[in-house]
Amino acid sequence: MKKVISGNQSVSHAVLAAKAQVIAAYPITPQSSIVEMLAGFCADGKLQAKFINVESEHSAMAACISASVTGARTFTATSSQGLALMHELLHYASGLRLPIVMANVNRALGSPFNLKADLSDSLSQRDTGWLQFYCESGQEVFDTIIQAYWISEQVLLPAMVNLEGFILSHTYEIVDVPEQREIDHFLPPSLPRDCLDVENPCLFGGTTDFYINFRYKMHEEMQRAKVVCQECDAHFQRAFGRSYGLIQPHRCEDADLILVTAGTLAGTCCVAADQYRERGVKVGVLRVRLFRPFPGEEICCALRNARKVAVIDRDFSPGCGGIFAQEIKSVLQGKDPLPVYEFIAGLGGKDVTDEDIGRVIDQTYQTPEPGGVTWIGLLK
Amino acid sequence: MDRAAQVKFPIPEEELLYSGHTACPGCGAALALKYVLKGLGPRTIIVIPPSCAGTISAPFPFSSLKIPVLRIPFETTAISASGIRAALDAMGKTDIHVLGWAGDGGTYDIGLQALSAAAERNDNILYVCYDNEAYMNTGIQRSSATPEGTWTTTTPSPYVKDTPKKDIVRIMAAHKIPYIATASIGYPPDLIKKVEKAKQKAGTKFILIFSPCPTGWRYSSELTIKIARLATETGIFPLYEVEDGEKYHLGKKRPEKPLKEYFSLQGRFRTMKEEDFRRVEQKVRKEQEYLARMAR
Repeated sequence: MKKVISGNQSVSHAVLAAKAQVIAAYPITPQSSIVEMLAGFCADGKLQAKFINVESEHSAMAACISASVTGARTFTATSSQGLALMHELLHYASGLRLPIVMANVNRALGSPFNLKADLSDSLSQRDTGWLQFYCESGQEVFDTIIQAYWISEQVLLPAMVNLEGFILSHTYEIVDVPEQREIDHFLPPSLPRDCLDVENPCLFGGTTDFYINFRYKMHEEMQRAKVVCQECDAHFQRAFGRSYGLIQPHRCEDADLILVTAGTLAGTCCVAADQYRERGVKVGVLRVRLFRPFPGEEICCALRNARKVAVIDRDFSPGCGGIFAQEIKSVLQGKDPLPVYEFIAGLGGKDVTDEDIGRVIDQTYQTPEPGGVTWIGLLK
Repeated sequence: MDRAAQVKFPIPEEELLYSGHTACPGCGAALALKYVLKGLGPRTIIVIPPSCAGTISAPFPFSSLKIPVLRIPFETTAISASGIRAALDAMGKTDIHVLGWAGDGGTYDIGLQALSAAAERNDNILYVCYDNEAYMNTGIQRSSATPEGTWTTTTPSPYVKDTPKKDIVRIMAAHKIPYIATASIGYPPDLIKKVEKAKQKAGTKFILIFSPCPTGWRYSSELTIKIARLATETGIFPLYEVEDGEKYHLGKKRPEKPLKEYFSLQGRFRTMKEEDFRRVEQKVRKEQEYLARMAR
């Protein structure tokens, strides 16, 4: 059934469809409407879940961890400072190998205070052992939440589904919400796994010298997760007629210059690329949808015919540069030299227009060698 | 006549804490855990943060407990118990007890926020704080449960702790939860009865168990029970219950012994002088009067 809903509402409808059993959440702008709607679904009985009104994001994640290790399908949503507060527990969730799904509404981290879109919050959690998806539309948000449960419960690693604050979280779009029986068929109740069980008492989270082995198993499963994501996507395509891939190339095959980015910036990049194509300039766009595990081989393959690459990051690692740019450079290492131009744009929700992207394209074409990071949109 | 009928209160014989655990000799916390699990029985899931209890319960792949254990980060004991309860309820498993088991550091200090929130929601869990009045697992650092006049490694003499122990029971009573009790490993039947009482009640239950620590309190390990009893006999650790935040019941033991008897057995109080004993004694008497008024 088609609905006109916001990105946040798309998250809530997906969690309803996935039949989450325990939801624990703490409000934060711009995430709040996700949990308000879920609390409503629980209150009116549409969703048979236990909703825990916790006193912090730290406790939200702790509740998801303990509920998940008891065997329940769990969900939480957060943003920015809230995600940062959860940091300790993000490691714990992946270390216990729990299929928790979380929506993170990307927002800038203080200080200074800013409520708008910036991917630095989730990218700062890069090394916590969570799968990370970055979405571009309300439909993709819905579909990715459903896929995230499917994938997480296969590889027993938690998944974070990211959508940019306000740009995606508060924009209303048409979203096709499948019939419940179709979702139930695609995503049955979670698979049996080792849980807290009085009939078979086990200790979870003990002290061990086998730590390195536990980490190695996580590494193996992260590698496998890429394959599982592709299987899931193919299965999803058959069930619902939509798929997204690990990366989304747009006119990359014959492009001289490929713009690489994530999230909603990709849409603007595609508009700009099409404008340049009309003038005979061969520009393509590559959107990275899955960030962890990082689809390095797929990205290298998509970039293989390009002569130049420009990475546009709505995120920033001080003292280094854009985080996607660093990852792209690292996977290209050792391949044929492909110059990577780095741009930072849209931090703190700053609008990025097709004209801004035009400046990225012009500068990349006109500059013979990459040299440092170019910042787009600094106020005079 | 069988043995159980001969004693006034038969202590359940089933052991859910195996022998061979890694507690120090004379550990009060290990006794507390053993007794509480006797009261709760095998259909219990326990949550343990980093603490002596965490160390006692495991090195992977072993467990010294016969019940399911979840080791969780330090500040999350209460909410982790709440999360388990929510999952059990969601899955229709309602006959299982969920026990949060933390020391004083994990309760009075870093775990207080999550504990307060669980109590305010009145989540159906039993939270037990085994109180040994400092961070013992990390090597005897002061917590907010450390009493006035105590030496610890972070309150070295002459700068021993100069503020009183936080009153966690009053904090918990302010949440108006159905059941709160103080108990001591010196009085196992009383302790187990309180656990059995807690287990009959829905909502958040809180039990504070006085758990002497020979290593941190600087006394010889065979004195654990004696010191636990002296704490109650001198009145410094009174045994009482609070129902719904307002109905106080005082234990039968009335303090009769001078506090000096309690202090003088423990190296951690060695810098205390006569005037310090008198000052603390005055505070203890005042607290007794308060409890007596509340219990009237």
